[in-house]
Amino acid sequence: MRSEKLQAERISKVYGGNGGRVAALHEVDLDVGAGEFISIVGPSGCGKSTLFNILAGLIRPSGGRVLLDGSPPDQLLGEIGYMLQRDLLMPWRTVLDNTCVGLELNGVGRREARERARAEFPRFGLAGFEQHWPAKLSGGMRQRAALLRTFLAGREVMLLDEPFGALDALTRRQMQAWLLDLWQADSKTIVFVTHDVEEAVFLSDRVYVMSGRPGRVVLCLDIDLPRPRRQDITMTEGFQALKARLMEPLEAALRETQPGAVG
Amino acid sequence: MKALRRIAAAAGPPLVFAIIVLGLWQLYASVGPVSSLTLPKPTEVASALWENRSLLLENTWVTVEEILLGFAAAMVLGFLLAVLIRSSRLIERALYPWLVASQMVPVPAVAPLIVIWTGFDLRPKVIVIALVCFFPITVNTIDGLRAADPELLRLLRTLRANRVQRFVKAQLPAALPFIFSGLKVAAAFSVIGAVFAEWVGSSEGLGYLILTLNNQSATAEMFATIAILGVIGIALFLLVRGVEHLALPWYYEAREDEGEPEVDGLMLGAEV
Ligand SMILES: Nc1ncnc2c1ncn2[C@@H]1O[C@H](COP(=O)(O)OP(=O)(O)O)[C@@H](O)[C@H]1O
Ligand SMILES: [Mg+2]
Repeated sequence: MRSEKLQAERISKVYGGNGGRVAALHEVDLDVGAGEFISIVGPSGCGKSTLFNILAGLIRPSGGRVLLDGSPPDQLLGEIGYMLQRDLLMPWRTVLDNTCVGLELNGVGRREARERARAEFPRFGLAGFEQHWPAKLSGGMRQRAALLRTFLAGREVMLLDEPFGALDALTRRQMQAWLLDLWQADSKTIVFVTHDVEEAVFLSDRVYVMSGRPGRVVLCLDIDLPRPRRQDITMTEGFQALKARLMEPLEAALRETQPGAVG
Repeated sequence: MKALRRIAAAAGPPLVFAIIVLGLWQLYASVGPVSSLTLPKPTEVASALWENRSLLLENTWVTVEEILLGFAAAMVLGFLLAVLIRSSRLIERALYPWLVASQMVPVPAVAPLIVIWTGFDLRPKVIVIALVCFFPITVNTIDGLRAADPELLRLLRTLRANRVQRFVKAQLPAALPFIFSGLKVAAAFSVIGAVFAEWVGSSEGLGYLILTLNNQSATAEMFATIAILGVIGIALFLLVRGVEHLALPWYYEAREDEGEPEVDGLMLGAEV
């Protein structure tokens, strides 16, 4: 029996602007158990980031509600870790001070925050770059710094919005394996957005496929592959079968939006 | 060593340019159809500088004091005004047009009024200089406070940052490069403000000195005074720039060596 950590109940979102109304999400249900790794795939513009903004408490849904530990929280904002699509490192802070910012905002003193962050640098592949300006880091390192900032903030649930989207294939593979190790070592609950089906299968306990706008959940598939997983699992028949089952509704969703739009 | 070479590289071209201009000027004033009352030679200006050094120095300190106080006042007030204007959309809409309108009022025209209201001491000069200088500071600070990435502010909210914390940790640092731009413009304006202020009500200072020298048709001495005013302006500008370089290392170091990006230090896996 798994305990539900984060749930979305029939979440809808309509953006109202002077340029007309945009229906971004339509009655999306999502169940995330404690310690699970959940992925969401869907065409670009189907409302994945919108869903995350709602789950993080940054914007209000037009309909439906978010449950945390089974009940609606008084204050959702600040309860959930959120790594946005862009790394958003502050150029005026060193890499070390960027990763500390969540600790500082939790009332931890500067010095102690730095100590705790510094201790994590090797594990995040950032050792030796503590005093660098973020502008000098490669894309992969910037993502890891942003991830470390999210980890250090100490929330149990973390939303990761296409964290590896901008990385090259090789770096991406390494980061996936590394993220899984991190997730298991720290027993976090992760909700992960990606446009890469293989990535979703490799990482997840369960994958949600969303349709084109307005985003709906068209498939929710349990990934019952054994863990710990290594890269060679992607060659197995079981893996390929799961991937094929996900590709079908995703390609349908892509066709109904525009040709060629993935993301 | 590296710093020295950098300074030499920066100062070289403008110095060469100045020497060329001064040379042409010297040539024209020597052989051209002008009297030294209309256009003194640079060498005459230089000797006027030297001969009147104590008088000039005395008045220089007076003007420098006014400028530093006026500039400081403009800095504080200009910044606070910008923060006030950015604090709410209603205040911004109510005040911003008047901020711009305030620049339509010629400061030389109101300077005499300020003298009437506050007297002949240091105060009217500080006020006039501050009036001339605050606008570029305020406008740039307002733009700067808009510059923070809205997504960064969202991220900070998910990390439980309150409004003050978002201001201190994101909006202010993002605004700093803009603020320094405003300060550099203000530094250049401050000298003009000091001269205006002294013209309407003063018995000392370099601006006042120009008036007296003008009455005496002492052209070379006037040029000497103007040269000192120029030096004061440049010195203040360079001071602001120096502070800027110290305060914004991230801003300059990121621009300095646009060399090759560092390799991705991917050394992951084993130690997890
Ligand atoms: N603040 C907003 N105002 C109006 N429309 C928006 C806003 N944010 C996103 N949208 C629209 O909502 C849809 C979903 O966007 P988004 O959630 O960013 O999709 P995804 O992350 O899946 O690519 C898009 O069509 C986008 O243009
Ligand atoms: Mg998105």
